[in-house]
Amino acid sequence: MDLANGEVMIEVIDLHKSFNSNRVLDGISFNVAEGENMVVFGRSGTGKSVLLKCMIRLLEPDSGNIKIQDKDVLKLNLKELNTLRKNIGFLFQGAALYDSMSVRENLEFPLIRNFIIDRKEIDERVHFVLEAVSLLEAVDKMPSELSGGMKKRIGLARSIITKPKLMFYDEPTTGLDPITSKEISVLINDLQRSLKMTSVVVTHDLLCAKIIADRAIVLDDSKIVKEGSITELTNSEDQLLKNFFSDEIIEINGSQK
Amino acid sequence: MIELGMKTLPIVGVTGFIIGLVIAMQLSPVLKRFGAEAFLPGSVGISIVRELGPVICALIFAGRVSSGIGAELGSMRVTEQIDAMEVSGVNPFRYLVVTRIFSTTFILPILTVYVIFISLIGAYIAVVLVQNMTWAYYLDRVIFAVEFGDAIPGVAKTFVFGFIVGLVGCYKGYTAENGTEGVGKASTSSVVVSSLLILIFDMILVKFSLWIWPTVK
Repeated sequence: MDLANGEVMIEVIDLHKSFNSNRVLDGISFNVAEGENMVVFGRSGTGKSVLLKCMIRLLEPDSGNIKIQDKDVLKLNLKELNTLRKNIGFLFQGAALYDSMSVRENLEFPLIRNFIIDRKEIDERVHFVLEAVSLLEAVDKMPSELSGGMKKRIGLARSIITKPKLMFYDEPTTGLDPITSKEISVLINDLQRSLKMTSVVVTHDLLCAKIIADRAIVLDDSKIVKEGSITELTNSEDQLLKNFFSDEIIEINGSQK
Repeated sequence: MIELGMKTLPIVGVTGFIIGLVIAMQLSPVLKRFGAEAFLPGSVGISIVRELGPVICALIFAGRVSSGIGAELGSMRVTEQIDAMEVSGVNPFRYLVVTRIFSTTFILPILTVYVIFISLIGAYIAVVLVQNMTWAYYLDRVIFAVEFGDAIPGVAKTFVFGFIVGLVGCYKGYTAENGTEGVGKASTSSVVVSSLLILIFDMILVKFSLWIWPTVK
């Protein structure tokens, strides 16, 4: 495993998770280096989102070990876990904006609830993240007034407003048209590079992965079946990967025409 | 808390007024049959203060608020808003659940006092229709009949009812699953369970209050 970019930021060791008799994760192990953008590929229902949620303990794994910045995540108490979570951003599949709050309130929420910072700094950070996602004009809108792509952007803005060192993206381009999907992927990539964050991106969108990923793993049948760069994976002779990527490549070629 | 109370104020007010009016209209001919029409204000007052006001108000409150909390938190759960809160290092239980239970527990007794007052006005209108009685005299008769031991348990038990409404609504919403269908179920079962629990706890608390204040005029 090439971790030449820096220290190991995330270590997932022999992770298992089942829902009743349905085994979702079966001995998953991988590392993510500091500053690296790791993409987790897989068909729907292969446990990609479950893996992400286990890593931040929104779901409790059955067994295994997860280390983030040398902290044993599964052994942290709630207070320690919340402290760790303050350094992690998470973009949910549906953006998960708080319906009852305006865009500004959504963005201010994690700051006000967690950090003691003055009004001026809050305003500056809100302005900075909205500018970063090119949605300054949406500051006083309610989530119900935003399109799917705008919601994703605001969700992204909310997750980076606390200046996290680590970002988790759960299907950042799902449900978006190809153009918006590419815009979001490029935006994520730009933010990742400019803010120097480490990230784990769960997706089945090859174009998104091509834009963002330094390295990728492929999940199938509850296990990691392949690991490498996107080029290595797409050029692989492995029949499973060929099947998986063939449709995606046709889609990308179609959308680029 | 204020918003919760203000939203419920009109519906509990109208319900209370009608209940007071109807109870007085129903009791009037019965008491007349026994030549006890003079006891109408007292009878109405006791029944409203001890039982009807608190229970009717709590049931309406459950229908209005418990379902709302169940649907709101259920919706937040299935759209991952609660997860988002958790991930940002905020304790969603403290932020969403504790505040709501606190609000329902303390707002329901205030609403109950309001409902009792409105019900007594409704009852007075019914009394005026059959008897020539001034408001001052009617109120005097009500106050004469209703004892401290009637008013305190009547209002005190609504703290428990309010707690039940908040707890059930939050529990059902917080644990909702299976998308929008789950939100609907959370909302419906919040009302059903909290209404049932209100009636069960009413039975227990009436027994308890009669044990503490056994003398009733």
